[in-house]
Amino acid sequence: MSLGTSDSNLTARRRKAAAFRWSCAALTSATIVLLAILIFHVCKQGLAWLDWDFLTSFQSSRPENAGIKPALVGTLWLISLTACIAVPVGVAAAIYLEEYARPSRLNTLIEVNLANLAGVPSIVYGILGLAIFVRGLGLDRSILSGALTMALLVLPVIIMASREAIRAVPPSLRQASFALGATQWETIRHHVLPSALPGILTGVILALSRAIGETAPLVMVGAATYVTFLPDGPMDSFTALPIQIFNWASRPQAEFEKLAAAGIIVLLAVLLVMNGVAVFIRHRSRKGVS
Amino acid sequence: MNSCADDCPCAAMTTEKLTLHYGATAAFRDVSLEIPRCEITALIGPSGCGKTSFLSSLNRLTDLVPSCRVTGRITLGDLEVLAPDTNVVALRRRIGMIFQKPNPFAFSIAKNFALPLREHGVREHAEIEQRTEAALRDVGLWDEVRDRLRRSARTLSGGQQQRLCLARALALEPEVLLLDEPCSALDPISSAKVEDHLQSLKGRFTVVIVTHNLAQARRIADRVVFFWADESGGRVVESGPVDALFEDAIDPLTQAYVRGQHG
Repeated sequence: MSLGTSDSNLTARRRKAAAFRWSCAALTSATIVLLAILIFHVCKQGLAWLDWDFLTSFQSSRPENAGIKPALVGTLWLISLTACIAVPVGVAAAIYLEEYARPSRLNTLIEVNLANLAGVPSIVYGILGLAIFVRGLGLDRSILSGALTMALLVLPVIIMASREAIRAVPPSLRQASFALGATQWETIRHHVLPSALPGILTGVILALSRAIGETAPLVMVGAATYVTFLPDGPMDSFTALPIQIFNWASRPQAEFEKLAAAGIIVLLAVLLVMNGVAVFIRHRSRKGVS
Repeated sequence: MNSCADDCPCAAMTTEKLTLHYGATAAFRDVSLEIPRCEITALIGPSGCGKTSFLSSLNRLTDLVPSCRVTGRITLGDLEVLAPDTNVVALRRRIGMIFQKPNPFAFSIAKNFALPLREHGVREHAEIEQRTEAALRDVGLWDEVRDRLRRSARTLSGGQQQRLCLARALALEPEVLLLDEPCSALDPISSAKVEDHLQSLKGRFTVVIVTHNLAQARRIADRVVFFWADESGGRVVESGPVDALFEDAIDPLTQAYVRGQHG
């Protein structure tokens, strides 16, 4: 038998290759089409309601007066505070686990638990937040309670992404630094972190994007749905975009459904801005590095 | 043979019954060597016989490998290198190391020098610049890069990068230089340049170089150490002045290796 040089054999192989290529393309476009339909549907419903008044008004029982201002501000507060808590802790934990921790039974336990924690349903974090922060520490139904709960929720993801990024730093870089007599901290500060920064940022943004859409834990720690003031500080009560959207969507009047759609557009816009910032920072630090 | 001036700061190194394990596997056993001050000592031998591990144990870079265990004795001048209270940061300032693949930091050329110098407490801007220039001149790179010190070091060619790494080590004024096959990733012309500058530095530093290029060892080394690996790990078969080892080695293994008959 010849080694696959016959015409029929070659044609069959090329057909298989083409078939695989086209099925991949078809599956990819199916996802994109679904997403496009979703966005189109939301835009069709909500765009007409989306104007400056909507962004700057408070909640109202009359749909034409209702706005999303407190929810938008609440979400920005919540996410900034969550980032301020979760990023330093998460990156520090990742540095410890990758750079300092010696292999031990305790560390294996920590690693297994991190992977598990990333998969725990968010409502469970909500219950935890309610028990510890709202009741235990007496922080009440404040932005701080919500942010601490969200921070717990995103920590495993941030830690795991940061560890991956730190692990991907080429060993030659560490060697070069140590061989020049740098201490471990200098090596981490000057070489490992700058080189891992794009990967860490990607993880952080992915985690925060997840947090921005989370509703269940906020319901548990008691984010209000009817807020007629802007929070003054982290101890104020608050509402957030997904809560507001959920609230509107669950009302019987058709107008509120449109308001919910408009709220979704705002939420997507916030997400888009965050991802845009991440891409920008990543691009800049890549340019600096390579 | 010792061509070194009396005021030369470089120190000699010795190892006594030095053995290195990765986990349960020995990389080399019972290596007792004298590395004379201000001379070039070349380590030759086939791959996997522990030359690189030996080199990294001298500046305790092997500390970075968790499974690595080094026993025996290493001295640098009066310093017990393997003693637990030895300050490895100070040790590695005294012992510079150049790796097989050039590893410049992904910063500007200037920062490649400023960073380690600052880490070692050189704060004065003028002094950093002066040391950078002196080190770059030592490796013949100054005229090539003087106009682009702010550009990324990764934009240099492979040979220039390796000379940059050499200069970066020199800027810290080490006493000993460890070189791990510094020319193996370079083309012959770049390789010759690195070699030339190594030779021009002779007498200012104690140099230990791992090389697979026997001709290079013969050209630049004062002394040669021949490593060989058998089932129980690497060991030193023979060491001596370069001519003696290449012309009339005692051990048949060495004779065959330097003639290019195996390995």
